[in-house]
Amino acid sequence: MNTPLVSLNEAGKTYGQLDALSAMTMSLNEGEVLGLFGHNGAGKTTMMKLILGVISPSHGEVEVMGMAPDSKEAWHCRSKVGYLPENVSFYEQLTGLEVLTYFAKLKGFNKKQAIDLLEQVGITHAMRRQVKTYSKGMRQRLGLAQAFIGEPKLLLLDEPTVGLDPIATRDFYQTVDQLKSNGSSVILCSHVLPGVEQHIDRAMILSSGKLLAMGTLSELRQQAALPVVIKPSGLNGAVAQDSKLNSFITSRCQNTLMVPEQEKLSVLKQLLSLNGLDDIHVESANLEQVYQHFLLQHEQAQQVNEEQG
Amino acid sequence: MKQILTVANKEFHDGLRNRWLVSITLIFALLSIGLTYFGAAASGAVGVTSLSTTVASLASLAVFLIPLIALLLSYDSFVGEQESGTLLLLLTYPLSKSQLLIGKFIGQGGIISLATLLGFGASALLLYFQLGDTGILSAFGLFILSAILLGLSFTAISYLISLSVSEKSKAAGFALITWFLFALAFDLALLALLVGVEEGVTQQGLTQLMMLNPTDIFRLVNLAGLDSSDVNGALAVAINASLSQTQLISALVAWVVLPLTLAIFIFKKKKL
Repeated sequence: MNTPLVSLNEAGKTYGQLDALSAMTMSLNEGEVLGLFGHNGAGKTTMMKLILGVISPSHGEVEVMGMAPDSKEAWHCRSKVGYLPENVSFYEQLTGLEVLTYFAKLKGFNKKQAIDLLEQVGITHAMRRQVKTYSKGMRQRLGLAQAFIGEPKLLLLDEPTVGLDPIATRDFYQTVDQLKSNGSSVILCSHVLPGVEQHIDRAMILSSGKLLAMGTLSELRQQAALPVVIKPSGLNGAVAQDSKLNSFITSRCQNTLMVPEQEKLSVLKQLLSLNGLDDIHVESANLEQVYQHFLLQHEQAQQVNEEQG
Repeated sequence: MKQILTVANKEFHDGLRNRWLVSITLIFALLSIGLTYFGAAASGAVGVTSLSTTVASLASLAVFLIPLIALLLSYDSFVGEQESGTLLLLLTYPLSKSQLLIGKFIGQGGIISLATLLGFGASALLLYFQLGDTGILSAFGLFILSAILLGLSFTAISYLISLSVSEKSKAAGFALITWFLFALAFDLALLALLVGVEEGVTQQGLTQLMMLNPTDIFRLVNLAGLDSSDVNGALAVAINASLSQTQLISALVAWVVLPLTLAIFIFKKKKL
């Protein structure tokens, strides 16, 4: 395994009294997509800024492509990094093409590449119009085109799908998958996104500057130990009569079983052997539930701390 | 270098697009042509008056207008981009803070320099064709050079403002105060010092105080060479203790370089 593309070693950032990001250790390999989740002020943007080299860590080390991103030596690596900020309004009085050409030139590319990128994000029809006439979704696409300049090795995207319609969102994820298969690494930063699950390799959950959990989605599910929801139908109370299945029935709903992950298969087998079963619906905990679980756990731990303190 | 030129090119084109170049040039041209022709209207004559009167009246108008225009043109160049989020984005590009600042300075400075050259150059040519005196060109040459330096100086000062505040509206307020202090209040204070405090300042001391204000240096450059009958007030005193034109121009250049260096320094320290 070669060295990771991005690595943080006990890196953190404090602003005066405020601990924007406490010591954090993580690494990102080539061709990996990492989802970074957390509320506003959780430290997502601070972490991105550290990786981008716009700010320097207060303690610890950050390495991107083998060097500190805020150093002079890392200069030439910057054209291999793409970034989409959360809130950016491009020069309103310029046309989309002019904006993108300006940014492309700063990365050492030209107008032709800018036009190609605008085509890729699907706003070629509006490229000669001023940005102030653009809708929210078009601006977001322009921002994405800007982040894609020069086929970056590392992409940091802050809330990339805000304002995009479903089709544009699908196109966006296709682009991410394509970049990933070309060996680029992506950090997707967001409040929980519906539909992001199948596109990320690992997820990181942050809250108030602290890392709550990190791992692949199935690892996180295991850590969270959230039950699988199984809804059989057509059984007519057979479940309630069975002493083993009985214990999984939720109080609210007679037809729903909440089964721990490790019991899933045995319960399913048992259900399948019952007569009269005409349909069964199995649902593992999704990212949103996992996310909420970790946040809730964190809040409860904090409350306990406060009470003890 | 390529990065600097890319930024400069963008800023210059912004200046063209926003009609800054056209409007500044027009203002300067109308003013200077008007003053050249009608400067003597008060004495009952219409036509080209004496060279020294023309330059004196142009200088005393330019000294208010140029700083105001330069501040208006550039007060939001950093705080504006900070508010819209493009500043943060630009800094993730292979573009250093000093490259960005110098690029902006070349672009916006280019707008104000070109406008000064075209606007005042027009009336210089007009006078030259009317009088056929080559002395006009050299007198105007010095005037235009010092006017450009004055404009660049206030562009650099407005970068200082733009980098030190976090809101566009605050930057606008500070720009206005800066203009008021340099263009009006400073001279009033000097005059008060001169009149109110007996033996307060020597002639030498007064001239040195004037070096603290680029608008006063600009005045000295343009009025020192003229008949002192056209000049009065604190300036007349200073002129008698005159510094050489080279010294004055160097002082103006220092007023461009120092704020610009300080602006780069502040930019490097700035938290984002």
